[in-house]
Amino acid sequence: IGVGALLISGLPFRASASTEDAIAAFTGGAEVGSGDVKLIAPEIAENGNTVPIEVSSDTAKEIMVLATGNPTPSVATFKFGKLAASRAASTRIRLAGTQDVLAIAKLEDGSFVQASRTVKVTIGGCGG
Amino acid sequence: MATGVKPRVKVPKSAAAGDTVTIKTLISHKMESGQRKDDDGNVIPRSIINRFTCDFNGENVIEVLLEPAISTNPYLEFEAMAPEAGEFKFTWYDDDGSVYETAKNIAIS
Amino acid sequence: GNWAKVAAQQLLTQDKLLEFDTFGNVSLIHITDIHAQLVPHYFREPSVNIGVGRNTGAVPHVTGAEFRKLYGIDDGSPSAYALTYDDFASLAQGYGRVGGLDRVSTVIKSIRADRPDALLLDGGDTWHGSYTCYQTQGQDMVNVMNALKPDAMTFHWEFTLGSDRVTEIVGGLPFAALGQNIFDAEWDEPTELFPPYKFFERGGVKIAVIGQAFPYMPIANPGWMFPEYAFGIRDERMQEMVDEVRAAGAELVVCLSHNGFDVDKKMAGKVNGIDVILSGHTHDALPEPVLIGETILVASGSTGKFVSRVDLDVRSGRMMGFRHKLIPVFSDVIEPDAELTTLIEEQRAPHATSLSEVIGRTADDQLLYRRGNFNGTWDDLICDALISERDADIALSPGVRWGPSILPGQDITREDIWNVTSMTYGQAYRNEMTGEFLHVVLEDVADNLFNPDPYYQQGGDMVRVGGLGYRINITKPQGERITEMTLLKTGEAIDPSRTYQVAGWASVNEGTEGPQIWDVVEAHIAMQGTISLDPNNSVKVVGP
Ligand SMILES: [Mn+2]
Ligand SMILES: [Mn+2]
Repeated sequence: IGVGALLISGLPFRASASTEDAIAAFTGGAEVGSGDVKLIAPEIAENGNTVPIEVSSDTAKEIMVLATGNPTPSVATFKFGKLAASRAASTRIRLAGTQDVLAIAKLEDGSFVQASRTVKVTIGGCGG
Repeated sequence: MATGVKPRVKVPKSAAAGDTVTIKTLISHKMESGQRKDDDGNVIPRSIINRFTCDFNGENVIEVLLEPAISTNPYLEFEAMAPEAGEFKFTWYDDDGSVYETAKNIAIS
Repeated sequence: GNWAKVAAQQLLTQDKLLEFDTFGNVSLIHITDIHAQLVPHYFREPSVNIGVGRNTGAVPHVTGAEFRKLYGIDDGSPSAYALTYDDFASLAQGYGRVGGLDRVSTVIKSIRADRPDALLLDGGDTWHGSYTCYQTQGQDMVNVMNALKPDAMTFHWEFTLGSDRVTEIVGGLPFAALGQNIFDAEWDEPTELFPPYKFFERGGVKIAVIGQAFPYMPIANPGWMFPEYAFGIRDERMQEMVDEVRAAGAELVVCLSHNGFDVDKKMAGKVNGIDVILSGHTHDALPEPVLIGETILVASGSTGKFVSRVDLDVRSGRMMGFRHKLIPVFSDVIEPDAELTTLIEEQRAPHATSLSEVIGRTADDQLLYRRGNFNGTWDDLICDALISERDADIALSPGVRWGPSILPGQDITREDIWNVTSMTYGQAYRNEMTGEFLHVVLEDVADNLFNPDPYYQQGGDMVRVGGLGYRINITKPQGERITEMTLLKTGEAIDPSRTYQVAGWASVNEGTEGPQIWDVVEAHIAMQGTISLDPNNSVKVVGP
């Protein structure tokens, strides 16, 4: 078990109002359905300060990523150019605790879709 | 101003025309979130890379807007097309106005 | 007494233990989680091993009488002694010690006498867990394991030697160091040092062995000791590797895994095309493989107490059938391999004086053991030592699954203490923690053990507590499992806002300060002389 100066909470955070604001800013208030967007993230973060994530879609023009439990939910927005071979990208993000990570894609047809994954951030320690 | 900022990229040396190439980039940067406090309790001001672009022969591959939730030493991976031989140009934009650039050539095999 | 010992051992012979009707065309030999136990010792299996979600009541979450009933094992029989916990102290008097890598060598050589090209696969947690292993940074285990001539291994605690030492040892290994899920952390790429798989041609069969290291290394152990590496389950890549080896002509696909049993079960259900998973990490010993779809899962215990032999009939690129035996290594019955005995003694000789020093002894009714979801008497003793030696209100001790047992009325040597405490981050810290933080810690660890989804489990047991009582409802979600936390010395409820003095060890945080835990425990045992512990009833469990 690891104990010391820990800032994380063991409890899942609830999505904040600022998540709603960030989504509204991206979608302009349009409906967000499910469909052509995929988010890959680990079940348990090896390190909450650097959590690998990958977003992908066949038809997205842009994909925005939000960490719904962070004090500031915005993470990144990927805008695919003419020479993007795929609508996919990976990065590493900070998560302040166990929470849902959200990917919202703006598709070529102008619609918005989302995908989410729960990532557990744990104090850790102990093992067989 | 951020110091010791060093970009690194991985691009294949050659590819077939129109093939997909995987590109990986890393830039050493502390990505100060603006939410941490120093020992005296004062907020450490935000200082991050806030935007990244990759272009090939002047045409855009990807643009990424980065927020403070991006980890220290921002890592980005994506796929590009190289329709002809040429140069990938990578640009990172810092909060403090600094711009970091690097480029890689790719040959067509 | 002696009479019981003779009577018990008359039931057992080496020939009988090793008896096996050779089958098919391929043999696999699996050993795992040896935790540096070079010489014979006692090892009591858990009394409490609760399964959750779909694994409620399923093996390996069956113990004691239920386990014997499930597998048709007679009370008091050799199998009852080897595989269950009841009457452990008295059965141990009769059946004696288990393990010892010179005995393991005899078992391996006898299998190789039947099938010279049998594959020997080591599931990891090998270079950790003893005085000599710590002092030699794993070299004693490397020397002895090399003499057993394994064909491949995978990893967990090995990485707590630090990445420089791991790189040094692995670079010189005369066999494959496998891990499809061991990645370079900086660029998220596979490493050259740890290839995903290796092909073997045995009995005319093309066999691919794919390695799967412990997925949660940087969480369960100090990630700062091996920052260059990332792990994870990576089951999608596992599928890619299976497809790749099948495309390259593999007729038999074996996964040498350190996932832990429930994670392996889930992975077996998601990844198609693995014939055999040799499962490690959770230290379960199962007399029969578990079948998930067309994949068989084999669990081979820990500390060299068991060797699994799996014979397979592989024809036209398919596994047509198997025969399996979990061979218990009764060390008074199986003749030691003299060559290995000498080699093991060579490793131990420079440390002999220190190893054999008697620090105290157990009372005539006091068994020291570790396994169990919530507490073991070894951990009760360690927590007592932390509270008295570090002057704390509450003690925390990690829920590791390794560490041999000590019988009633037995001397406790320095070696015995190191066998249950040795690690490269053994500093015993003393911190102030609020009641609220203690609650968060217990909830966090409980979820790592009792999350209904195995992929969220890390395969350790619950953190052991001293000076603190609590109630746990396993079926609740994280944040709601732990209630009624009580400070035992006053009987008062833990106050979320109050600060308590907490001593513990094995922190994963860099820079943890304090005396080494083995010194703390040694001082405590030396002061006590004879160890006699109060029964521990401080955890109330509400099960599924
Ligand atoms: Mn182990
Ligand atoms: Mn392990």
